[in-house]
Amino acid sequence: MIKSFRKNIKGIVIEGITLVSALLIIAIVIIMLTVIIIGGKDQLSWEFLTSFPTDGMTKGGIFPAIYGTALLVIIMSIAAVPFGTITAIYLTEYAKENSVIAKTIRFAVRTLAVIPSIIYGLFGLGFFIKFVGAHIDGAFFGGELKWGQPNLLWASLTMSLLTLPVVIVSVEEALKTVPQELRAASLALGATKWQTIRKVVIPGSISGIMTGTILAVSRGAGEVAPILFTGAAYYLATLPGLGDQFMVLGYHIYVLTTQSANVDQTLPIQFGTTCVLLLLTFILNMSAVILRYRIRKKKTN
Amino acid sequence: MTKEPSKAPTSGKLTAASSEPVRFDITRKKFRIADYVAEKIIKGVAFLSITIIVLIFFFVFREAFPIFSISKEIKKSTTENVVQDVQETYGEVTDQPAKEENQETYGAVTDSSQVQEQYGVQTNDTASIEDASDKAYTVSAGSGFDDNQSAIKTLLTKDWVPVSDKPRYGILALIVGTFKITLISLLFAAPIAILAALYTAVFANRKMKEIIKPTIELLAGFPSVVIGFFALMVMATFLQEIFHYETRLNSFVGGIAMGIAAIPIIFTITEDALTAVPKSFYEASLAIGASKWQTAFFVILPAATPGIFAAILLGIGRVFGETMIALMATGNAAQMDLNPFTSVRTLAATIGAEMAEVVFGDTHYNVLFLIGSLLFIFTFIINAIAEFYVKGKLMKRIQGK
Amino acid sequence: MIVDKINTEDMFLYYSSKMALNNISIKIPEKKVTAFIGPSGCGKSTFLRSLNRMNDLIDGVKIEGKVIIDNINIYDKNIDVVTLRKKVGMVFQKSNPFAKSIYENVAYGPKINGIKDKSQLDEIVEMALKNAAIWDEVKDRLGDSALGLSGGQQQRLCIARTLAVNPEIVLMDEPASALDPLSTAKIEELIVQLKENYTIVIVTHNMQQAARISDNTAFFYLGELIEYDRTKKIFTNPDKKQTEDYITGRFG
Repeated sequence: MIKSFRKNIKGIVIEGITLVSALLIIAIVIIMLTVIIIGGKDQLSWEFLTSFPTDGMTKGGIFPAIYGTALLVIIMSIAAVPFGTITAIYLTEYAKENSVIAKTIRFAVRTLAVIPSIIYGLFGLGFFIKFVGAHIDGAFFGGELKWGQPNLLWASLTMSLLTLPVVIVSVEEALKTVPQELRAASLALGATKWQTIRKVVIPGSISGIMTGTILAVSRGAGEVAPILFTGAAYYLATLPGLGDQFMVLGYHIYVLTTQSANVDQTLPIQFGTTCVLLLLTFILNMSAVILRYRIRKKKTN
Repeated sequence: MTKEPSKAPTSGKLTAASSEPVRFDITRKKFRIADYVAEKIIKGVAFLSITIIVLIFFFVFREAFPIFSISKEIKKSTTENVVQDVQETYGEVTDQPAKEENQETYGAVTDSSQVQEQYGVQTNDTASIEDASDKAYTVSAGSGFDDNQSAIKTLLTKDWVPVSDKPRYGILALIVGTFKITLISLLFAAPIAILAALYTAVFANRKMKEIIKPTIELLAGFPSVVIGFFALMVMATFLQEIFHYETRLNSFVGGIAMGIAAIPIIFTITEDALTAVPKSFYEASLAIGASKWQTAFFVILPAATPGIFAAILLGIGRVFGETMIALMATGNAAQMDLNPFTSVRTLAATIGAEMAEVVFGDTHYNVLFLIGSLLFIFTFIINAIAEFYVKGKLMKRIQGK
Repeated sequence: MIVDKINTEDMFLYYSSKMALNNISIKIPEKKVTAFIGPSGCGKSTFLRSLNRMNDLIDGVKIEGKVIIDNINIYDKNIDVVTLRKKVGMVFQKSNPFAKSIYENVAYGPKINGIKDKSQLDEIVEMALKNAAIWDEVKDRLGDSALGLSGGQQQRLCIARTLAVNPEIVLMDEPASALDPLSTAKIEELIVQLKENYTIVIVTHNMQQAARISDNTAFFYLGELIEYDRTKKIFTNPDKKQTEDYITGRFG
């Protein structure tokens, strides 16, 4: 009797420890969210979001950083989403599950997902700027420095490499939820493989492609390391074009917290900017979670 | 064996299918341009991921490579210089300017690097050197030749002083700092993530699962610059008040912050591994009278070890390459000690902090790329181990059963 | 005289190295209903799927021997499988309409065949739905999602979708197995009507169904074709003992 009671106590304690661990993670998330939102909420105003920094970045808004972030993720998505989707289509529709090629590609995708983001930054510098950009300058501008330096385009493309595996994994998951019977039905009607993919498989996985895009956008909006030296700028008085350096939310936070002369003075702006970035990624991730939840539900039905 | 086609059934009317025109000509493979093009494009694009990996290997290493090529050239040039000296001493010299330069060198031989520099000029008109190394040589020669020579020598020291009259590129302190912070963050993150995964996979009811899993996904979506900001502005002060250490930003704060970033990875993979354990294990254990927690710890957890191992490996990879948190929360001082409460500088943070300010093609630039190559190789190997070793183990277990 | 539409000669089928069909030779007459019966796993569905090369989609399937349709071996090297599947349509066990409107489901086949003209499409869709005996039930809601139809309606829609391509042969893989008796009756009635214009091959595990609707019946067991004859003969006076045992319900 007593023995079983002890055993029971031990069970409760041990299960309790695992529960506490889980709760601790939830607590960390909630604390981070609340601290940053409370710290930044007074700063959030229409004016903060839509005006330029003033007084040496100690006052004013963060519009150029929002603008830069938006352009960055748009260009990045234009590059990453089609290529990621096509790779996922190859893996689910064309490659044989256990072929060497499919295995190699899957390994490459997973490797891309774990390569540190700073390495992408180095690659962007070494490949896009010093190689592609420099060669463009050499070929079209007589060696004058135009594309062989950090800018929005190279930063976006660097970021698209980083987010490529995010897209591939999400889309692949969605493509797998399209029932095999629908492919069979289409083929049995005399549709070719490509017609089947285009008219049955892709429409059936639109929500998965959207999830992938949202996750990629969220990731791209938050990453700073890859763009540290491929295009992000400290301060710009004008809005950027493709060939210009640009301001971006994450880099803005980094610069304000570590590089500015008077950190305390800019504290409200720091909290405000962090709050904006956190809310942005939070909302994006939330919608991706919901979308994915619905896709998985559909699959089990 | 064979069933002969039966006697033709006799009912039915006469049909004249053979006289109908052929509506479906199946005898010739049709060329369908859209399918052909689509397939080619899709197959081509699919190789992009592999191509990118190869390109990253190539271009990151390419920018790191000059360091080695220079050191090689130095060796070569020294020996050839000696040979030429001998010639010049014993024979009549025809190449007057070369001789002059050589004499000049001899006059002021205090700095050995100058010898190399002179020789470098000489080789251009006397001996022919491979274009590639030549270019690398001249590029870096312009920007401070002192560095090139000492770069390799100082690489394995603990002094990281890249910007000075006598730059030193000792990466040992950076490596030790990176490992220190990795260890701290793992000690923090791995137990929490694994226990929480165990709770989610074994104990939690549906409702709890539906809270925990999305929360983890949201945490995974937190930008590291936000976590870094939180660590820098809130956590650092808070932890200092508790532990009363001297430097506010140190490897402890940075390690905890990176641990927060690594929790989702470790959790997700562990949870996958735990739920992949066949239900029969669980039921068998309960059937012989083991309690739920005993089953969880002594049956399910061991069965999922390879997966948990992979989770920890990938967690290491995540922390190892983390840049923004390291930049913001570790203090960024390249000290080499094992005290968790001193500032450190990690490999990734060094690249992040200094790359934007270096001269392209400079030795400092090359050394940063060398550090990048190390990071890349390290994470690549970690991923390969997680992938192949762990998968092999799992396969064995499944087949063994 | 009866024209043989499909004629297989010494056909073997292997999954990887496992033999699934053993030396099948059968002649299937045109514009008749031919039923394949046998216990599950006997190879009848596998055989059906090899008549329009749907087995090509499965890794590791190897086929030996000949499957001749209209004097052409469909496993010849130069056969255009896409066109073959237009000629030999298929209805599956589980109704599988696309997540599109009723109209778009039926128009799918004609559209991929390049028919773009709206009025022509309308005409084909109407004909197909009428032939599948579902027109009256759906004519007022062609734009609604096909997934909103009942199981029986969905299956008839799938038949209509197959008919819209205007095939010569329709293969049916247990088309009524998942349906209630009323829907089943409708489908059976439909099949009998369809043989006016189409050669029908139907796989069924329901012997009464085979007896009701088919002209000829083939009995498969363990990958072999045991007996093939007029339905009436199979069900009243089979030659083989195995057939008789199965018909009388002694195994299966």
